[in-house]
Amino acid sequence: MFMSETYRKITTDGIWNNNIVFGQNLALCPLLAVTGTATNGLGMGLATLVVITASNGLISLTRHLIPNEIRIPIFVLLIAALVTLVDILMNAWAHELYKVLGLFIALIVTNCALLGRAEAFASKQPVKHALWDGLMMGLGFTLVLVALGAAREISSAGTLFANASLLLGESFRFLEITVIPDYKGFLLMALPPGGFIMLAFLIVGKRMIDQKLVQKKPQPAVLSEAITE
Amino acid sequence: MKNDPEIIQRLKKQLICFKEFLSRWLEPSNLEKLRPKLEFQTGILAGFALLASVLLGVTNCSTEDTIQQRLDEDLKKSLEEVVPANLHDNDMLLDTASIPSAGFNIGANETTVYLAKKSGKVTAACFKFIAPDGYSGAINMIMGIDRDGNILGVRVLSHKETPGLGDKIEAGKSAWILDFAGRSLDNLTPAQWAVKKDGGVFDQFAGATITPRKSVQAIHRGLQLFKAHQAQLINP
Repeated sequence: MFMSETYRKITTDGIWNNNIVFGQNLALCPLLAVTGTATNGLGMGLATLVVITASNGLISLTRHLIPNEIRIPIFVLLIAALVTLVDILMNAWAHELYKVLGLFIALIVTNCALLGRAEAFASKQPVKHALWDGLMMGLGFTLVLVALGAAREISSAGTLFANASLLLGESFRFLEITVIPDYKGFLLMALPPGGFIMLAFLIVGKRMIDQKLVQKKPQPAVLSEAITE
Repeated sequence: MKNDPEIIQRLKKQLICFKEFLSRWLEPSNLEKLRPKLEFQTGILAGFALLASVLLGVTNCSTEDTIQQRLDEDLKKSLEEVVPANLHDNDMLLDTASIPSAGFNIGANETTVYLAKKSGKVTAACFKFIAPDGYSGAINMIMGIDRDGNILGVRVLSHKETPGLGDKIEAGKSAWILDFAGRSLDNLTPAQWAVKKDGGVFDQFAGATITPRKSVQAIHRGLQLFKAHQAQLINP
């Protein structure tokens, strides 16, 4: 392996063991709001990935400056400023993308996972670890968003990645699949309650896989101990 | 003039001095001592706030023109979408009229109308309007109407409706909005200007009734606004 033990742990934590949604049960607000389709999930995931990596880096960089007593206001300030910056810059320089993703950028402010990572990880770790953690947490979040979005989209409309070409460009039109032709539609899954129901299924699925993994290894390494102190 | 090298020398020395001071000050051990102090905490919070506001202010000022330019391009593109190119030979962004729209509940008290002209004769009018009562906030729309009062096209410019449900009012996501072309106050009765659920002729979406209902109502009001000023607009 190229990665040292630390990076490997950050990677597995971010994507699986301590995943923002499955492990920490955070970020449910943006999660349930945008996962009506897989495409929206992907858009939200990518936008979050960028912002959480930047906020982790920024907070790790300034961690010695920030007194414990006022860390929360400073984290909130930094994250809000960062989100607004991304919002303005994208509007000016990536206008086409902004017209599609713009809806999601402002929602990132409500994502408590950013504050969670700032508090639990970035404020205590060197910059490169914090950046990698942001990247992996963002990736794990994106995967959950896409999985949940795909599950809800297939069950509610019978399609997968509808309108992906609007988000990613014409060359990604091949992603748009009609999984179940002539599907009558199951509205509940597109509505917020459907998000909760499907999320519950996904969490159960993740727990079952974890149990299988534990049974396979007679003496398991500590599986789900998070880097949260 | 002959002092120049001396001044530069002195400035360099000061810079080195400042750098040394800054690196000493930024030592984790020094910051550790400072952090519990109230003055330091106040200063740091103020510093971060100042930094954030300066950064945001500078970014905002430096991108304002670019964003305006992008919005103009967008507006031009939307105008071209709702008014066919063969109906006009002028720059609609420059040929505008302003009409009072306070009583029509379409957002603004004063609406700018972009006029399409061919050989100097007004062929169509086009204006932005707002459904102020969408499911989650205002829905911004644009509409082109020919000189006889028939809709040439309607498009949604921006909205905050639910992704996956209400956003089907966008032309890019479903064909719903295209259904308005050719409609007018003459070929539909006021009761027909509603979604099917309310006894009208326009589709609603599964899971989102309010969004299309309020859009239809706003488009209806937009047509009434045009009718109230029709004579003045088509014979300027």
